[in-house]
Amino acid sequence: MDLASVIFWIFAVILVASALMVVTLRNIVHSALALIIVFAMAAGIYVLLNAEFIAIVQILIYAGAVTILILFALMLTRISGQPRTNPNNKLWGIALIICALLGAAVIYAATASERAIATTGNGSGQLPDGINNVVRIGQLLYSPTTYSYVLPFEIASLVLLVAIVGAIIIGRED
Amino acid sequence: MLTLNHFLVLGAVLFCIGLYGAIAKRNAIAVLMGIEIMLNAINITMIGFSFFNQVKPYSTYLTGQIFAIFIITVAAAEAAVALAMIIAIYRKRSTVDVGEIDMMKW
Repeated sequence: MDLASVIFWIFAVILVASALMVVTLRNIVHSALALIIVFAMAAGIYVLLNAEFIAIVQILIYAGAVTILILFALMLTRISGQPRTNPNNKLWGIALIICALLGAAVIYAATASERAIATTGNGSGQLPDGINNVVRIGQLLYSPTTYSYVLPFEIASLVLLVAIVGAIIIGRED
Repeated sequence: MLTLNHFLVLGAVLFCIGLYGAIAKRNAIAVLMGIEIMLNAINITMIGFSFFNQVKPYSTYLTGQIFAIFIITVAAAEAAVALAMIIAIYRKRSTVDVGEIDMMKW
């Protein structure tokens, strides 16, 4: 096993274990703290896949902003006098069966499909000299060439604006 | 030796854990945390496809990574709006239990 595999297994095991903690812990604040570990380990997986920019964005937006938002919402919606603040509903057994079946189906598809059969190539590592991941993503997002994402990028900024204004209007006191 | 399958299976396992959290939890914020885990699983799958050159355009034009950026954007917007809705509902009904929020039920 080479170094990349060892790092992958460490990240993957911690990732799945803390994701299980998010859905099984009884105190929801502990779940939210385990969610930070999930996001940080996912960022490690992205670094392993030559996606440094997305790893940094993951740390900034998910581990920083989204977790803080969730913790603030937990603080504002606290119901006192409950020992279990993260309860399951009545149908959790059926949910477990459905999720296990879906997981088995997806893993079967991922091992049987010829599009997903193991390759050793490193696609996004084959960038020209002097152009790293961040430069390439910047070119694709901003420069209006034949193959770029300028229009989706602008639409995404509009989506963010509408979402923030909507969040303020929904969340304000009447 | 790492292969594409490693990342696809990791994404699938993580997606199922998130799906369980999204459909089996009572607290609305726990449901939202499950959805965030699902979105992360999708991102791992996308960036895995971008890294391995099995599907050419996904890796030469970094399509997988660009798509992951847009997913992160939409996830941030979704988290902001959903938490604002949860807080507004809590203010009116004093509960965040998704089983008790049934104003729209016939």
